Amino acid sequence: MRLVNRPPRSSRRSLLAGLGAAAAGLSFSGLEGCAPKGRIGPNGEELRLNLYNWDTYTGKTTLADFKAATGIEVKMSLFATNDELFAKLKAGNPGFDVIVPSNEYVTRFRIADLLMPLDLAKIPNRANLLPAFRDPPFDPGRRYSMPYTWLVLGIGYRKSKTDGVPDSWKWVMDSSRYSGRIGVFSEADDMIELGAKYLGHSVRNIPVNVIDQVAEMWIRQKPSIKIFHHDEGQDLLLSGEIDIVMEYNGDIAQVMTEDPDLDFVVPREGSIINSDSLCIPKGAPRPDNAHRFINFLLDGKTGAGVYNTIKYPTPNAAALALMPADYRDNRVIFPPAAVMAKCEYADFEGLDRAHLFDETVTRIFAA
Amino acid sequence: MGAFTMDESWTKAKAVFASLATPPIFWLLAFFLVPLAIIWGYSFGENKSLTEIAVNGTFSNYAHAIKPLYLGIIFKSFWFAAITTVLCLIVGFPVAIAITFATEKSKAWLLLLIMLPFWTNLLIRTYALMAVLRTEGYINFTLAFFWNTFSHLTALFGHPLGPFQPLRLLHNNFAVVFGLVYVQLPFMVLPLYAALDRLDRSLLEASLDLGASHLTTFRRVVIPLAIPGIVSGVLVTLIPSVGAYLTPDLLGGPSSQMIANVIERQFKTANDWPFGAALSFLLMYMTFLAIAVQAIVSRNRKGRER
Repeated sequence: MRLVNRPPRSSRRSLLAGLGAAAAGLSFSGLEGCAPKGRIGPNGEELRLNLYNWDTYTGKTTLADFKAATGIEVKMSLFATNDELFAKLKAGNPGFDVIVPSNEYVTRFRIADLLMPLDLAKIPNRANLLPAFRDPPFDPGRRYSMPYTWLVLGIGYRKSKTDGVPDSWKWVMDSSRYSGRIGVFSEADDMIELGAKYLGHSVRNIPVNVIDQVAEMWIRQKPSIKIFHHDEGQDLLLSGEIDIVMEYNGDIAQVMTEDPDLDFVVPREGSIINSDSLCIPKGAPRPDNAHRFINFLLDGKTGAGVYNTIKYPTPNAAALALMPADYRDNRVIFPPAAVMAKCEYADFEGLDRAHLFDETVTRIFAA
Repeated sequence: MGAFTMDESWTKAKAVFASLATPPIFWLLAFFLVPLAIIWGYSFGENKSLTEIAVNGTFSNYAHAIKPLYLGIIFKSFWFAAITTVLCLIVGFPVAIAITFATEKSKAWLLLLIMLPFWTNLLIRTYALMAVLRTEGYINFTLAFFWNTFSHLTALFGHPLGPFQPLRLLHNNFAVVFGLVYVQLPFMVLPLYAALDRLDRSLLEASLDLGASHLTTFRRVVIPLAIPGIVSGVLVTLIPSVGAYLTPDLLGGPSSQMIANVIERQFKTANDWPFGAALSFLLMYMTFLAIAVQAIVSRNRKGRER
């Protein structure tokens, strides 16, 4: 029986990480105000950098290596959700130099005018990026963000409990075959956008009548759904609570190392790609250090150190070249090109849209 | 103090009172009433952009909040909370009586046991409950053990039982009510105990001496005297249960959404603080109304008794 006492493993978005983030948030107020002014570097900035990042999202020696190379000491605080990150910076930057929002939140931050434009001349290592990540729709020309990792939503499943590979959203959204064993991501955007994708629409600019159609489909599907989860789908799958779940590839890849009976597939209809991106918030006290840090992370060797630890897909060609074959050829971390071609970035399409999506899932949950 | 007259001691005490009361009053104002007032203001506001809210006195958020969809969810939350409260009362009353009649020494230990769960964070306790209830959790594990043992026995007579079907205990509305009862029970037991402990034992002896059975004594003497404890127990159980957020979120199933989960999303992904504020205050107005009605009813009853 698999219970809570298994080896500790952290996920970038786990709930318990939220506790750590809360603690980090509490201690942060002391970072700027009370600390004595440190030594000044050659660029005229203090030899410090405040990084606001997801949990378990750097390599084992990344920050130490940066200090050895530049003398700049990185103080890292953790957040558990994009909402937490946005809420923290919405009322004014409390002193962060580098933040790591996902693509939709890069848009939110940009609309709210909270990001500093990047000085691309200071980031020569951007030449290392794979072509697919150089000009994304959410940040044309990469003026505000540099990609750090990417993720794709798909279906995690227990091989011994499913009939073949469940390579369609149908098995999660529109079928009672796995009734009572299905887990669905409770994010409003993902539920509605992927529903539209299954019905043959793009995940962007979904017509209102399609949103209603998606809502009706989810309501019809509810008796078969065991749980709407909050990104702990991999744990539910591992514990045997459910056998098929909508989750991110990186999260399922982590639990697959613990249980060989688990696997992951990106459904043939396509899916949503997310990209966690390095940004400099407006009001960053040390913007030059921030540029140097971003450039350092985009270096091939640094990147390899990071991705070796966190096992998320990299957008960095130079780092990828240095990675071992079991990472490069892992079809969970890098799903087949044919299906990836059908995946799209979602985008933040304004507050009215966000409210409509929210009311729609409220309706689905209440039905 | 004894040397002062009443008046003098009061003037003296006023300074002491002021110096003692100022910090808590300041605390209450700065960290409770002021933030609450800001949220109340937001409930009459409108989103101007992702980061700006214009408080312009609009009632549109309240108009939106009283749509059948949201009223239905509020009603469902009250329904969950009511079931929770009734179960807490049924379970909590015997516990409170047992503690009241325990010896002085064991009383302290029993009270400590009741308060022990508070030493652990609610989140941790909820996760622990998940480990107990889940399909491959402790309850199903224990049941499977007995089932299989029994099956081996019956197999000796050629009639093995079928394979064990685990009970579905987690991720449904049962789990939510179970979790709420588990969390709220101490809040019911403590006020009940406080009321019962003050109860004059000679009244019980009188009732029994006059020929009333134990049941009648309980019904016609103990319960009426415990009414203040029951009322405060019901209030401190019901109100937090209506606003429960973590329990339905972690233990609930596809149809366990409560109003606090909706409110949470307004302050997060939906980024609609004015609407979230309106929903919160709608809930608060309803709670105030319930308390006011309760107060009026109890005053009328007292009036009639006089």
